[in-house]
Amino acid sequence: MTCQELADFLLRYLDGELPAPQGESFAEHLALCPPCKAYLTTYQKTVKLGQSVCADPEGPVPGDVPDELVEAILAARSRA
Amino acid sequence: MLRSADPENATPASDATATGAEGERTLVTRLRAGEDAAYEELVRSYGGRLLAVARRFLRVEEDARDAVQDAFISAFRAIDRFEGDSRISTWLHRIVVNASLMKLRSRQRKPETSIEELLPRFLDDGHFADPPTEWQQTAERALQRRQTRERVREAIDRLPDSYRTVLLLRDIEGLDTAEAAEVLQVSANAVKIRLHRARQALRKLIDAHMREDLE
Repeated sequence: MTCQELADFLLRYLDGELPAPQGESFAEHLALCPPCKAYLTTYQKTVKLGQSVCADPEGPVPGDVPDELVEAILAARSRA
Repeated sequence: MLRSADPENATPASDATATGAEGERTLVTRLRAGEDAAYEELVRSYGGRLLAVARRFLRVEEDARDAVQDAFISAFRAIDRFEGDSRISTWLHRIVVNASLMKLRSRQRKPETSIEELLPRFLDDGHFADPPTEWQQTAERALQRRQTRERVREAIDRLPDSYRTVLLLRDIEGLDTAEAAEVLQVSANAVKIRLHRARQALRKLIDAHMREDLE
């Protein structure tokens, strides 16, 4: 297995969808290839970072909804 | 349409005045009675969080606000059918995600920015052209820095719509591949390909920042 193939198979490997022969080749390559190991771990960290920032309570989430939007929504309710 | 969502992401912990099952039941009763103040309370309690959700899907502020308005109008119309077996926050969260997806679909399609330049490049022999290196910090440690959190958010925003949407549905909203495929009306294989490329592109976009000495 090449680095390119490993990168292509990464999602299926992490999802447990890689058939046994390919899974073994994947693991063997990973054990011997520092760049691919780094790619796997940084890929996993990326997923975690993305999930965390979107759930981050300190993120750019308004504490309250803009007044003009509240008024627009309530006005739309009146028209509906 | 969307059938499941991550309740943790859906719960407006601090900006809801109707938190707690009893408070929600009371609010629903008042909504069903047509009490104007209850409708305003619902919008003010949950609107901020719903706007944040819509902004993840829709980069144009006007579109995000439109989606939130559409979501609330849908919720108002359906309040009699709200069964109370889920939290209002979770119910509203699902509705605003659906409204955001509908908004995305309704917009005139523009050619997307190519994602190719953000994918890893390889030499003819299959080795990385630019070999990846480890990020020294754990994700938890990196997330303590505001700059990192902002950089990751900006990077998600930079992903082309079709990739960002899949990333949000799978990694953030917690849909499985089949659910995301149904919502987006594409094949399961297309969802997998887009998710993998979106993650690869996101990794590339934050790589330089994450390799900096953050200590």
